[in-house]
Amino acid sequence: MDKHDGRAAGEPGDVRLDDPWYETPASGWDEWTDDTTGEPGPAAPAHQPAPVSQPRSASHDEVYLTVQRSAAFQEVRRRYRRFVVPATAAFLAWYLAYVIAATAAPGLMAHRVTGALNVAMLAGLGQFATTFLLTWAYARHARLYRDRAALDIRWETQELTGRTIR
Amino acid sequence: MTGDHRTLALVLFSAFIAVTLAITTWVSRRRHGSPEEFYAGGRLFSPMENGFAIAGDYMSAASFLGVSGLIALFGYDGLLYCVGFLVAWLVVLFLVAELVRNCGRFTLADVVAARMRERPVRIASGAASVTVSVLYLVAQMVGAGSLVALLLDGADARARTWTVIGVGALMVVYVAFGGMRATTWIQIVKAVLLLGGALTLTTLVVMRFHGDVNGLLNTAAARSGHGRAFLAPGLKYGADWTSRLDFISLGLALVLGTAGLPHILARFYTVPTARSARRSAVWSIGLIGAFYLMTVVLGLGAAAMLGSDAVRASNKSGNTAVPLLALNLGGGAGSTGGTVLFAVVAAVAFATILAVVAGITLASSASVAHDLYASLRRSRGTARDGQRSEVAVARFAAVGVGAVAIGLALVAQDLNVAFLVGLAFAVAASANLPVLLYALFWSRFTTRGAVWSVYGGLLPAITLVVLSPVVSGTPESLFPRADFALFPLENPGLVSIPLGFLMGWLGTVLSPEAADEARHAETEVRSLTGAGAA
Repeated sequence: MDKHDGRAAGEPGDVRLDDPWYETPASGWDEWTDDTTGEPGPAAPAHQPAPVSQPRSASHDEVYLTVQRSAAFQEVRRRYRRFVVPATAAFLAWYLAYVIAATAAPGLMAHRVTGALNVAMLAGLGQFATTFLLTWAYARHARLYRDRAALDIRWETQELTGRTIR
Repeated sequence: MTGDHRTLALVLFSAFIAVTLAITTWVSRRRHGSPEEFYAGGRLFSPMENGFAIAGDYMSAASFLGVSGLIALFGYDGLLYCVGFLVAWLVVLFLVAELVRNCGRFTLADVVAARMRERPVRIASGAASVTVSVLYLVAQMVGAGSLVALLLDGADARARTWTVIGVGALMVVYVAFGGMRATTWIQIVKAVLLLGGALTLTTLVVMRFHGDVNGLLNTAAARSGHGRAFLAPGLKYGADWTSRLDFISLGLALVLGTAGLPHILARFYTVPTARSARRSAVWSIGLIGAFYLMTVVLGLGAAAMLGSDAVRASNKSGNTAVPLLALNLGGGAGSTGGTVLFAVVAAVAFATILAVVAGITLASSASVAHDLYASLRRSRGTARDGQRSEVAVARFAAVGVGAVAIGLALVAQDLNVAFLVGLAFAVAASANLPVLLYALFWSRFTTRGAVWSVYGGLLPAITLVVLSPVVSGTPESLFPRADFALFPLENPGLVSIPLGFLMGWLGTVLSPEAADEARHAETEVRSLTGAGAA
């Protein structure tokens, strides 16, 4: 069940299965595409980031430093970290609490809840459930809020460094 | 075990070998000998294919037979393994899969060396990867030997030796001739077989109890001889504080080690983009989660239908619980159904070991050729010549790694398989994960920090194991008569993983040179956007 969540097909209302880059983004990430492909963006950008348009001769290092400082990249990084940092802290804390409770408080874990099920069994199943849930949430978050913007930056950066995708 | 089981299991297993050799031949017919093809299978697998292959790489016979056996004997304490093996995938998905796919080309060292002085970092990281792989490899091959002894010939030492040699030789053939493409298809076939086998048995168990979970749990608890304690933690790891700390140590190693396993990281290079890497990780989490849930049902089913004492009578550590359960579910010893199910389970377990062994051999030969050989050789020809010769070296390295693993596995035949796997995870979490996370996320990380981090995790992990009760001091140790067990825990993770992180920080702080700002910018931009990705 949960294994399907990462595929675009698992999402209701998502028609194009193999064309992930043309999903409608949730935000106005068009400042990059405007320059490169002229593709119309869904909304006007809320802020104008520093343009990355460096002369073609810009050195490799300068390109990456400029891109790193650009508002568009900072936004992608912020979105990634804002999901990943709290989610990682949460699941690691929950897992460690579970392992420590299992070793240090067996009495609590053996407490019967319903039928043959005790706290330990429910906590173990809960670990499975939260893992599936977080997997689904991460895949969804990345697809809706990061993929499109990251790809735009990728093409832009590669154009500036003069490299092509192999 | 009767002759019928043996013949049918051998026929099924021969069929699997024939199919996998056919795949290898078919794949190597069209090879070009480029590193992209050998290490990464051309990078054109789909997320679903790669998801199955990752699951195939990860679900070892140790889980299928070992963990379900632990559940049959110790109840809840076996389930703790399943949870650790699964939760670990969140670390891979969140922090590693996409970023590694974007930054690296073939190995873990690629990612770290990109923003450092290449030579020392590559040598350190390559050495750590080879160490982890060889430990894991020995565990799987020892497992293959015991499996043969258990399922086919009783305790015949010669059969064990020849199985280890045969498994080693086969995997060298797969890897040296087929490279990543053949290895991937073998993993996929194996994952389908293993999941199919587990699903069949689970369905039969659930049908036997008419879908009544309470009934299954209560019967398992009643027939285990432990009563309700069987369904709560503490039977295996609750004796004293040393064994509790040991379990916390193992739990830490399991959850942090997966993201540092070289053969798992290598799998993310076989898909075209970071997005595909993410989708393959999601597929594999679904498959692996389902597999471990079925393992729990099988373990409880074995306890409920056979009784823990019968399982223990067949094998002290419970490794034969699932084959015995299959025999029982099929109608008992002597019945056709029982014979068929038993043979199928045995053949699936063999296939599992072969496929996992091939995956690890490929990853370690990549580390030898791409990291160690490429850094250590003096003369450099043209880039193209270098790449050709590197692939040739990798093929030979597969033979070399295979030979070393066969030798070590023959020496270590009596070591506990689950312990060896736990050790490989602990070394991976101590030596590989800190350096990888620092390189991806810490802007001030330097070359010295990277080198210190790798050795600062690797050496304590190995040293603590040598000083642990596993090697000396108890009757079950490797050297029972000597006693230099200064470290009380069997798993070093609790100490060595923090040490790996600490040394990385210390090396960076004490570095004479500052981190290269531009190269950090490049790593960060590339890792999050895929710019310039191979």
